[in-house]
Amino acid sequence: MAKTFILDGKTIPFEEGETIMEAAAAAGVYIPHLCHHPEFKPHGSCKLCTVSIGGRLGAACTNKAAEGMKVESETEALNGDRRALVQMLFVEGNHVCPSCEKSGNCQLQAAAYHLGMLTPHFTHFYPARDVDASHPDVLLERNRCILCELCVRASRDVDGKHVFGIGGRGIRARLIVNAASGRLADTSLSVTDRAAEVCPTGAIVRKRHGFTIPIGKRLYDHHDIAEAPVAGMERPGRD
Amino acid sequence: MPEQDVCDLPGIVARWQHDPANLVQILREVQESCGTIPSDALDRLAQLLGVPRVRIESTASFYAFFHAESHGAYEILFSDNIVDRMAGKEALKQYFCERLWLEPRKLSEDGLVYVDDTADIGLADQAPALLVNGYAIPSLDKARLDLVAELIRARKPLADWPPMLFEIPDNVRKPGPLMGEAFAPGAALKATLARGADATLAELDAANLRGRGGAGFKTATKWASCRKAEGEAHYVVCNADEGEPGTFKDRVLLASHADLVFEGMTVCARAIGARRGFLYLRGEYRNLHEKLKSVLAARREQGLLGRNILGEDGFDFDIEIHLGAGAYICGEESALIESLEGKPGKPRNRPPFPDRRGYRDQPTVVNNVETFACAAKIAEKGGAWFAALGTPQSAGTKLVSVSGDCKRPGVYEYPFGASVRQILIDCGAEDAHAVQVSGPSGTCISFREFDRRIAFEDLATAGAFMVFSRERDMFEVARNFTHFFAHESCGFCTPCRVGTSLLKNTMDKLAAGKGSAYDMHEMKHIMHILRSMAHCGLGHTAANPVVQTMEKFPDAYERRLKRLDFEPAFDLDGALQTARLITGRDDAWAHLANE
Repeated sequence: MAKTFILDGKTIPFEEGETIMEAAAAAGVYIPHLCHHPEFKPHGSCKLCTVSIGGRLGAACTNKAAEGMKVESETEALNGDRRALVQMLFVEGNHVCPSCEKSGNCQLQAAAYHLGMLTPHFTHFYPARDVDASHPDVLLERNRCILCELCVRASRDVDGKHVFGIGGRGIRARLIVNAASGRLADTSLSVTDRAAEVCPTGAIVRKRHGFTIPIGKRLYDHHDIAEAPVAGMERPGRD
Repeated sequence: MPEQDVCDLPGIVARWQHDPANLVQILREVQESCGTIPSDALDRLAQLLGVPRVRIESTASFYAFFHAESHGAYEILFSDNIVDRMAGKEALKQYFCERLWLEPRKLSEDGLVYVDDTADIGLADQAPALLVNGYAIPSLDKARLDLVAELIRARKPLADWPPMLFEIPDNVRKPGPLMGEAFAPGAALKATLARGADATLAELDAANLRGRGGAGFKTATKWASCRKAEGEAHYVVCNADEGEPGTFKDRVLLASHADLVFEGMTVCARAIGARRGFLYLRGEYRNLHEKLKSVLAARREQGLLGRNILGEDGFDFDIEIHLGAGAYICGEESALIESLEGKPGKPRNRPPFPDRRGYRDQPTVVNNVETFACAAKIAEKGGAWFAALGTPQSAGTKLVSVSGDCKRPGVYEYPFGASVRQILIDCGAEDAHAVQVSGPSGTCISFREFDRRIAFEDLATAGAFMVFSRERDMFEVARNFTHFFAHESCGFCTPCRVGTSLLKNTMDKLAAGKGSAYDMHEMKHIMHILRSMAHCGLGHTAANPVVQTMEKFPDAYERRLKRLDFEPAFDLDGALQTARLITGRDDAWAHLANE
C-alpha cells in the first residue's frame, strides 16, 4: 500500500522522499508556483506554493510529504496571500504585458490570471534595470526577472556552465552573468542551453522567435495555468 | 594602515588553503589590504580558486562591507541605530562632513575620505559611534570628531592614531555568575574529562540551558541530536554575529571573558565528537580579532586546544575565527553556515537543521556566544547549580544590553524573571515610556507593561533593551527599524525582499506627511504576508516594530496622517523634475500648483 496524505480533503499517494509539490503534481493537483520546476532542485524562494501543513505554513516545494499529513492549499486566505506575492513581483520589476513577447506564455502573467489579480495594488518601484541584447541569439531583459533562479540552476546543474548568478541583496538583488564585462555575449551561453529556455517570464528569450506563435494562440490564452503548469510539457501522470 | 598596497591575491588565497569555502575571508582580506575589491580581482580569484567568476561576484556583491569602487584612504561609517540618532548622530555626522567639506556617500575630491551610515555596530551603550576602516570609535562628540578630522587631514596612518580613540569600556553594571566570577581556563574541561561526554550532556540537560540567541531551543537536545547524527566530521560553531541593533553583551563576553566562551565550545566538541570549531565574529568587531587570536594561541600553549587536549589521547580540537562583512542575516544559523562556506548569507531550506546537516553538510552545533559561556559554567559547576537560578522554564541568568534614555547604559546580568521595572530602576531610567526588548525583531512594550519579565515564558530576548523616554517619537523608532530590515533583507524570498522595502517606503510616505488611514491598513496587510510567507525569522519579524508601535502608540501615527481615506504616494509635481532640469526652468509655471 502506498503511503498517502490529505490535500484539501483529497487523498494523495506519495513515495518516500517526495515533496508535497511533487506528490500533488503526480496526482494531477496544481499548487501555484513560479520558482519550482519538476526537473530542477527545489528552491523555495517565490513562496507562492505556501500551504498549511497541519496548521503550520510552509512551502510545498521544499517540505516533504509524510504519512497522514493534512495539507490545505486551495483556501481563500492562501490564494489571497499568493495574489499579494504575485502583485509584489509585478511592482518590483517593470512588467509591461501588452508589449512583451512572452505574453500568453508567461507563467507570472498566468499565475496572476489564475489568482484573479486585477491590479498591481502596491506602489510600483519602477527600478532602473539593464537590458542586455549583446548575445546574438538570446535577449536578457532584466526588467522582467523575478529572481526565481531557474536559469541559475539550469546553467549550473544541467548545462554545467554557471552562466547566471544572483548579485546584490534585498531589493537590489539582480541577475548577473559569468563575464567580467557583465555582458551575456561574453559568457558561454548557447541558445540550445537549458538555461536559455527555462525562464518562466520574458527575462530570457530567444531572439527572432517572439511572435512565431501569434498572441491569442498561446498556451495561457486558452488554458488556465492549473491545467498546463509548464509551457510545452505534458503533465507527468502516474498509474 | 590604509596604504593602497598592491594586492597579493595569491598570498591571500594560499593563506586560506585555496579553499573556495573561505571566500568571504579571502574577499575580506582583499578589501582590507586594497581598499576595494576591483573587478579584475574577481577574475583573478576565480582563476586561483578554480570556481566560476559569477560565484565570486555573487558573494562579493552581497556583503555591505565589500565594494568595487574606492572609498578612499579613510572610510568612515556612522552607526545608524535609533539610539545613535537619539544621541545626536545626525547632527554630528553633518558637523563632521562640513569640517572635511564632504557629502555623505560621495568620495572626497582628493580621494581621501568617504562617509556613510552602517547598521548598529554593537556600541549602543556608547552611542553615537563609528567605524573607521572597520575599527570602532565610541562615544562621539565634536571634540573627538575634530581629532578624527585632523588625523585624516594629516593623512596619519590608522595604526598611529591615539589609542584612546579606540578604547571601548565594557560597562558591566551588574555582574552575576557569568561575568562576575573568576574562571580558571581549563576548569570546565577538566570536569568534563573526569565526568565523560554522556554525563556532561546529562548535566547540561539537568541545567535546562536554553539557547541565548533568542529562540530558546534546549541546548542539551541540540548537542545530543548532533552527537547522534552520522557524518564524516562534526563541527562546533559559535555565533558571534551579534547584529541585532541594541545588543552588545557578546562584545563584552568576547572582550573580557573569551576563555569562558572558547572553553564552552571545547566542552561541546568533546560532547559531540568535533575536531574543528569556528567563531563567526561580526565584521564590526574587527577590533577584537587580534586579541581573540592571542587568547586562542594561549589556550594552545596551555594544552586547552590542539592535539590531545589536557593529555587526553585523541581529544583533538581547534578553533578558527571567521569574520563577517556587514550582513545582519548571518546571525541566522543557516545563513551563517552559508557565509562560513564562502557564499552569500541566505538562509537554507529547513529541515534538515544544522545539527544534522550544517557546515559542509555535516552535523554542526551552532550556539550563541552566551550559550557557550553558560555551558562552560555548567560543565564546571554542575547542572543543579545552574537550574536553581532563574525561573523553572528559564534557568540561569541573562545578559541584558541596556541603552537609550537611561543614566547607566551597559551590560546587566540578571537571573531570568527580572521585571522590566527592576531593570529600569537599576539603570536609572526615570522617565521611561517604552522599551524595545530584544531589538527590532523583538517586542516593543509600553509603560503599561513594565511589570512583564525577562524570561522565555514572557519576554524572550537575545539581550537588547533600548529605553525610550516620554519625549521620544515612537514612529521614528519604528521607521528607523524598517529601514534596517529593508537594508538587511537577503533578497531570497519574495515577501521579505519586496515587503520590507514596501514597508520602508510607506513609513517614509507617512514621515513626509503624505500618509492616510489606507497606508496604516496596508502596512498591516504587508505584515500579515511577511509573517505567513517569509522564508526566515528576519521576514517573519520585520513588521513587528511598525505593528506594535501602531498598536501601543497610535498617536504617533495619527498625527502624521494627512487624510483619513487615501493619499497617493505618487508625486505628480516631483515627476516633472527631470523635465525642469532639462529645460533649466524652475519658475512657478514649471510647477503644478500645490493645494
